[in-house]
Amino acid sequence: MGLFRSPQNELEKGGKEAEDQGIRNSCPKCGVQLPLTDLQENLNVCSACGYHFRIGPRERIFHICDEGTFAELDGDLMSRDLLDFPGYDQKLRNAKLASREKEGVLCGTAEISGRPCAIFCMDPNFMMGSMGTVVGEKITRLFEYATGHSLPVVGFTVSGGARMQEGILSLMQMAKTSAALKKHSDAGNFYLTVLTDPTLGGITASFAMDGDVIMAEPGATIGFAGARVIEQTIRKKLPQGFQTAEFLLEHGFVDLIVPRSEQKQAIAWLLQVHTAKERREQDERL
Amino acid sequence: MSAYDKVLLARAKDRPTGMSYIENIFSAFVELHGDRRFGDDPAIVGGLAELEGMPVTVIAMEKGGDMKEKVRRNFGSPNPEGYRKALRLMKQAEKFHRPVVCFVDTSGAYCGLGAEERGQGQAIAENLLEMIDLKTPVVSILVGEGGSGGALAMAVADQVWILENAVYSVISPEGCASILWKDPKRVKDAADCLHITAQDMAELGVVEKVIPEEEGFDCAYAQIKEELCALLPSLLALTPEELLEKRYQRFRNF
Repeated sequence: MGLFRSPQNELEKGGKEAEDQGIRNSCPKCGVQLPLTDLQENLNVCSACGYHFRIGPRERIFHICDEGTFAELDGDLMSRDLLDFPGYDQKLRNAKLASREKEGVLCGTAEISGRPCAIFCMDPNFMMGSMGTVVGEKITRLFEYATGHSLPVVGFTVSGGARMQEGILSLMQMAKTSAALKKHSDAGNFYLTVLTDPTLGGITASFAMDGDVIMAEPGATIGFAGARVIEQTIRKKLPQGFQTAEFLLEHGFVDLIVPRSEQKQAIAWLLQVHTAKERREQDERL
Repeated sequence: MSAYDKVLLARAKDRPTGMSYIENIFSAFVELHGDRRFGDDPAIVGGLAELEGMPVTVIAMEKGGDMKEKVRRNFGSPNPEGYRKALRLMKQAEKFHRPVVCFVDTSGAYCGLGAEERGQGQAIAENLLEMIDLKTPVVSILVGEGGSGGALAMAVADQVWILENAVYSVISPEGCASILWKDPKRVKDAADCLHITAQDMAELGVVEKVIPEEEGFDCAYAQIKEELCALLPSLLALTPEELLEKRYQRFRNF
């Protein structure tokens, strides 16, 4: 495989966002031209049709967390090419450049309207948020940390699924993360997932669907199998709106859909309602 | 033998399917049907049986024999109700402190319209979450194809074993070749790169045992029976805390 071969698909390019950056003031849904400053002021939501642009984890944290409260955890963990998979090293390098991050998930602690929590945000610009051993490890460690400190976990998911370049080891991350979040849950801690576009495959089939409350961003694609695979399997066109957040709400798999502009308030309220008993007592003593 | 040759062996028409393992290893099998929520998925067969007098819950993915049977069983690709039935039977086993033995053989969870409507991802996620915490011993045996999350949903266990020519993979070689290289013809490369053989699984620590096939499946059944009879009593002797901590560490190591 040539070193300078052009990318063959979206995953190889390190995500659609990378490509969109220059022209991101054109809405991919309704096509309207949006001045960049207006778009940024509107939290990267199209003011004409409400389309929620995909955004990176730092921007998420900027929107959601109180200023200056985010403290990153395990920020130095980086993937290695464990199975000697052709082209994986190069893809990791490209993904680091495209995302300016070291891996596909950003983890840490923060406060949301004064409520402390552990938070993870997956990164659409890093190999479309795919989960390999490091993404799995960071999320697992975050749940273990949150269990140890009786903290709720807020998780923003965006992922194409398991990272196939790490083979079976990426599949095992589904079990590993589930195990850690089960312990967190059994200890009486709150876990909120916010499903953003897209949340697919092994992520939907593990920690994305395990939240005590499952929130979704309007219009987000959420599902297990990709639409193209389903169409090939059933040899039929899929109905309009299939696998959107709204479709999942209708079928009972999402609790509520909250637009980006209202997420901070909604999350803060949920954290307040679910503050762990010990912490509530601690707060009262102060 | 190349990795892709093993894929073909794992998918071979004359290879024994899940039910054969139940019939040849256990006695007095009684099938129990339905998930109590939506329906009964013929791609997963489960029920009660005896292993040398010990009551066990057995659950197997079943691809079907002849074409009519394959169609009825959806070629062994479970729908959400299949995974929910499996979980119901596991919770029943937990209540009565019976060991659970799962036989895994699927190209993957079904990718259909109804499967998505009924929450395929949620069903698998719930199995992973509940199996890691099931307070009774679980052994899963990969007997043919171990297709991604659809296989893992019955393979979060205290021990995972694999037949010599079975495979276990995060994605099919076909899927990998077409997504990564846009070239379905490169399936053999994909099979090599993904590390999917039983031998790879042993090296990567994904399985505890590889069951040989070279002397035929009757020998394989006999060995599985013998190994289960040796292992299950020792797992039953553990306290639930010990059992669950070991299971947690088993998966924590990946």
